[in-house]
Amino acid sequence: MSRSPHAAPTAQGGPTLRRGGTGSRLTGLLLLAAVVVALPLLFPKNYFVTVVGVAVGFHAILAVALNLLIGYAGQISLGHAAFFGLGAYTSAILTTRYDWSPLLAMLAGLAGVLVVASLISRPILRLKGHYLAMATLGFGIIVHIVMVQAVVLTGGPDGLSGVPGLSLLGWGLKTDLHWYWVVAGVVLAVVWLSLNIVDSRTGRALRAVHGSEFAAEMMGIDTTRTKAQVFVLSALISAFAGSLFAHQQGFVSPDSFSFFVSIELVTMVVLGGMASTYGAVFGAVALTLLKAGLVVFHDYEMVILGAILMIVMIFLPQGLFVGLARGLRLALPRRRERPATSGDRIA
Amino acid sequence: MLDQLPQFLITGVTVGSIYALVGLGFAIIYNASDVVNFAQGEFVMIGAMMAISLLSAGAPFPIALVLAALSTVVVGLALEKFAVEPARGASVVTLIIITIGASILLRGIALLVWGKNFHAMPHFSGETPLRLGNATLLPQNLWVMGGTAVLVLAVRYFFSHTFVGKALLACSCNPVAAQLMGINVRWMLLLAYGLSALLGAVAGMLVAPITFTSYDAGVMLGLKGFSAAILGGMGNSMGAVAGGLLLGILESLGAGFISSGYKDAIAFVVILLVLFLKPSGLFGRGSAERV
Repeated sequence: MSRSPHAAPTAQGGPTLRRGGTGSRLTGLLLLAAVVVALPLLFPKNYFVTVVGVAVGFHAILAVALNLLIGYAGQISLGHAAFFGLGAYTSAILTTRYDWSPLLAMLAGLAGVLVVASLISRPILRLKGHYLAMATLGFGIIVHIVMVQAVVLTGGPDGLSGVPGLSLLGWGLKTDLHWYWVVAGVVLAVVWLSLNIVDSRTGRALRAVHGSEFAAEMMGIDTTRTKAQVFVLSALISAFAGSLFAHQQGFVSPDSFSFFVSIELVTMVVLGGMASTYGAVFGAVALTLLKAGLVVFHDYEMVILGAILMIVMIFLPQGLFVGLARGLRLALPRRRERPATSGDRIA
Repeated sequence: MLDQLPQFLITGVTVGSIYALVGLGFAIIYNASDVVNFAQGEFVMIGAMMAISLLSAGAPFPIALVLAALSTVVVGLALEKFAVEPARGASVVTLIIITIGASILLRGIALLVWGKNFHAMPHFSGETPLRLGNATLLPQNLWVMGGTAVLVLAVRYFFSHTFVGKALLACSCNPVAAQLMGINVRWMLLLAYGLSALLGAVAGMLVAPITFTSYDAGVMLGLKGFSAAILGGMGNSMGAVAGGLLLGILESLGAGFISSGYKDAIAFVVILLVLFLKPSGLFGRGSAERV
């Protein structure tokens, strides 16, 4: 009993071309920026804005980075929390144990992840489908085990505390609200970066790889290199987020970077809708708020979370954001008719 | 140190047998429906928990085991009927998230029903250790190994010698052709989930006397079963069994000779190395991609 192992975790159909242009890219980003800026101005003391909001922001950064890999390039990763963790732990270890300045530690973390991700990207991305899922999962678990076991360096299961805060240009980040603005700025920057990459030559190459690696190669795309590039970029963004996270929390422990976190990140991408940058942001917001909200249900939390995940994915398999956006487009009368081209099937 | 080798091997084969059964369950569902069922580990947990509950309610041993296995099969069938089947045609990643949702849901229900405590199950036939040269083993170790051997052989026989087994195999080769031959593919899918749930439940009941069980015991077992299936080559049932045994032995040797804290890491490093050298697992067929 054997079957091609290629019926793999890639989206069927894959991402379709997006009618792009700088104009439409800016509109979405401005809308997002408006929401992000309005929230703390309207509710400056609200726990869900200042505290949960920062968590949402970190998840959004990670989900957008992961979406580049899963949604656009069609390469699944079940171990992305490892890169988030490597960034966080490098910052934490270098600042607390060796008294490095936060900025230098952050750069060291990025350099470290650059090396690690580049080294493993080629052999890992040679794998396809479930084998790729397994390899990334294994990588994530190995990194997590090292965090737990290398007590001398990492502090073991208890983690490391006393990670210093950050200051930008002599301006210390002290309150939750300060962090909100920093994280919000990074979210917007990463979204902007992602939108631009997707609309670039590399982005088109990625989607070609997603559609059919074989065909992409026939078109002259260096698929190995393209996949490796996006893998490394995605890892770097995650590591940067990790470094910020360590300084924002002032504390790191292995729990924040476990297998479950990796799975949660994939869930955010799929929940929002794959191959959509805003979908990834939406998924991060939805899942983080859901989990924060469900805490009040105590023991019923898992039952409700599991049920909601299943129901959404069964009835909106394209994801919340993409599915709802499509529904809205169908429900609203079109203002200007456009000739239907193949590129118009917007994900 | 080396004289402990037989002991480590006994432990490894025992744990590996459980991984093999869970891996076999992964392979059967994957073959039938292309889905990696991340709720597979929860079948193991539910089987064990059900058996423990029934036993403590006073049910005789054999009846408790049979009822526990049957109720796990019902859970498996429900998963197929109410979660996987309605989502047919969705992308593979979406289906993975659905089964992850199902595993969270099942774990949540188990938490409500059985609480957070560890539960122990009585040994099948006493706890007097047997001596085997330098090594000792419990009767339950033999139960695990023997039970696994019987189940694996039965599954082999089922697929190679029975009409229904061959029909299920036909569905995994080509569902459309199977349908045209008059095979009810939907029934076969249900059968695959039922069979996987049965394997998981039996694995759970066999190992529960040794390892105890709790509402979240299925997570790690599911992960290991998936690793076993991948190591053997996804979709190759006997490969999954071999992968499971290998994984169990690796872990046990790694824990014994190197470091118990790093035992899982050692196992995963080996899996990564195997995949780097042989990208379709140990016994997976080299893939021909349809262009």
